[in-house]
Amino acid sequence: MIEDTPQPPAGTRPADDDLVRATGVVKYFPIRRGIIFKHEIGQVRAVDGVDLTVRRGETLGLVGETGCGKSTLARCLTRLYPLTAGQVVFDGTDISTLNRGQLRPFRRDVQMIFQDPYGSLNPRRRVGSIIGDPFAIHGVADGAERKRKVQELMELVGLNPEHYNRFPADFSGGQRQRIGVARALALRPKLIVCDEPVSALDVSIQAQIINLLESLQDDFGLTYVFIAHDLSVVEHVSDRVGVMYLGRLVELAEVDELYRHPHHPYTVALLSAAGTPDPNKARKRERILLTGDVPSPIDPPSGCRFHPRCPKARDRCSVDDPVLMPGTDRRPGAEPTGDGHVTACHYPVLPGEVLAGRT
Amino acid sequence: MALLEVRDLTVEFPTTDGLVKAVRGVSFEVDSGETLGIVGESGSGKTVCTLSLIGLAGGGRRGGQALFRGQDLLTMSADELRAVRGAGIAAIFQDPLSSLHPLYRVGWQIVEMIRSHEDVSKAVARKRAIDLLGLVGIPQPARRVDDYPHQFSGGMRQRAMIAMALALNPDLVIADEPTTALDATVQAQVIDLMVRLQKEFHSGLIMITHDLGVVADIADRVLVMYAGKAVETAELDDVFYHPHHPYTKGLLESIPGASGTRGKLRPIPGSPPSLIRLPSGCSFHPRCRYVMDRCLTDEPPLMDVGAAHRSACWLPATLSGLAEGTEAQRMKVAEAARSEDTPVAEGES
Repeated sequence: MIEDTPQPPAGTRPADDDLVRATGVVKYFPIRRGIIFKHEIGQVRAVDGVDLTVRRGETLGLVGETGCGKSTLARCLTRLYPLTAGQVVFDGTDISTLNRGQLRPFRRDVQMIFQDPYGSLNPRRRVGSIIGDPFAIHGVADGAERKRKVQELMELVGLNPEHYNRFPADFSGGQRQRIGVARALALRPKLIVCDEPVSALDVSIQAQIINLLESLQDDFGLTYVFIAHDLSVVEHVSDRVGVMYLGRLVELAEVDELYRHPHHPYTVALLSAAGTPDPNKARKRERILLTGDVPSPIDPPSGCRFHPRCPKARDRCSVDDPVLMPGTDRRPGAEPTGDGHVTACHYPVLPGEVLAGRT
Repeated sequence: MALLEVRDLTVEFPTTDGLVKAVRGVSFEVDSGETLGIVGESGSGKTVCTLSLIGLAGGGRRGGQALFRGQDLLTMSADELRAVRGAGIAAIFQDPLSSLHPLYRVGWQIVEMIRSHEDVSKAVARKRAIDLLGLVGIPQPARRVDDYPHQFSGGMRQRAMIAMALALNPDLVIADEPTTALDATVQAQVIDLMVRLQKEFHSGLIMITHDLGVVADIADRVLVMYAGKAVETAELDDVFYHPHHPYTKGLLESIPGASGTRGKLRPIPGSPPSLIRLPSGCSFHPRCRYVMDRCLTDEPPLMDVGAAHRSACWLPATLSGLAEGTEAQRMKVAEAARSEDTPVAEGES
């Protein structure tokens, strides 16, 4: 199985540095019509060919607007969805074709934290038994030992262990998210995929959960995939950040590099649109206002998917679909840059270039 | 006299669990052409304190005074209030899908609103609806005016809501989290539109939001609310660079990228109190790093701490800002005024 996985380009880090290696991940959802005779009338191309690696111990941020496929991609990486095409290699094992039973051992190593701390906890079950679920499912600990382990976890995430027998309704939003964190942490996973873990929380509580996730990462050497639409939260937690647009990864770089020198016109516009909680910066900032909304993933635009909204689009962009390439120099034979900053754009934004705000 | 003057507003909701004191004596004013940002977290009373003014906080007991163009909104009859709503004060809500009727065409809804306030023909009202949709940036307004709300995207629905709010050229617009449901690039479009239209129409604007990024973009003055009270009010820059109240300061230190955060975030410990059983004294004291003995017993009123800058905190008026030196002084003052058994909020709870 392992021989089949494509090797990273020569001169990069050793392959075992990568915890997850995804190649050509595609996930389509069929649209069906008809009550008795269902027939397929189209497909939502939620994720449409994404290559991505997650390095051991890092936090990889994924940003993008509603419907860009970031959550679907996360669920593909954790095999909560079967893939339409492509391959996901986790810790040296190809998990993209495994069946439910074969996935079991893998499930211990990968956990998820969800956005909605209300919807992701069963309201009729006691908190102790919710957090203890992973132990029960994987037959790790029983009875008194399970209770002890659960209470340790509760203490670890800042919950009072005496609240073992309470129901989710007795906890505030921030505390519920801590319950979700405790449950994800129970089996000491290698990877935790956080899907908008703080979006539903008030800012003062948001910071508590972010700090908790960061200190747990230090203590247990966790790897995070961190999905959020809030760009400043992602900047704060991530080592590398990927930007998604309509089912594609359009740019990926180290966090400081991406926020200071974005290459893709979409990234530039997205960063300029984000609110800055600092009036002086807000006054100085040049906003690039994109026209229109994100197109439908059922029938995405031809060529580069961003071209109908792009201030730099030229004829080529509507025909020729760009792939992720390093640097900004698109001439043949250009020196490859070694910083891992890749962009899927024919005409990347150069340093100092001002994008005209076409409103 | 200001366009809207709210004095000592209280709103209470009787529930089976007890009396919810949603708003506990809030005063503010808004002038024409001015934007007041009201900031607070869920349950701070920011929405109730404005929507109750135009009779949209169902079942609440209201007290105090709210003078709009010199008339008290709180004592108006339902008919008088209906005349003010729309023509005098318009509201824009967070969720444009549930504020537009799904079964009527967008244009029809704007026409109906115009015709219920003004005696104009259908044709004239329809023409105005088309102009308004064009004004807020809906492409091909003459065609889209006959669309149903579900045919609009989220950003277009919010634009249609703004068009409707502006239809009668109101003096004051109350916008309750108008961009929260929108994506960043669309949010930027809508905020840009609101700023432009406000300049054009010279109306007053109250922007209610939890997002300090939106406030930094749009507000002239800011009112920070906590547990149903105004805890700090100041010009925009003073709130962000010279906050006095520990809650305002805590908010700024909790947000990545804000003026108060350098490196690690400093969250406010604990969570907001129940509005039925409020803490004694200052309602922020259980979460405050600088708690002093009197904070447990005396509730601080809004006091002057600078030019047009008021804060409801017992710390000395001079201790505003995020500088290290000020922080050390704050700690010193607080420690000196604290007996040994007073609990101090620390770290993450």
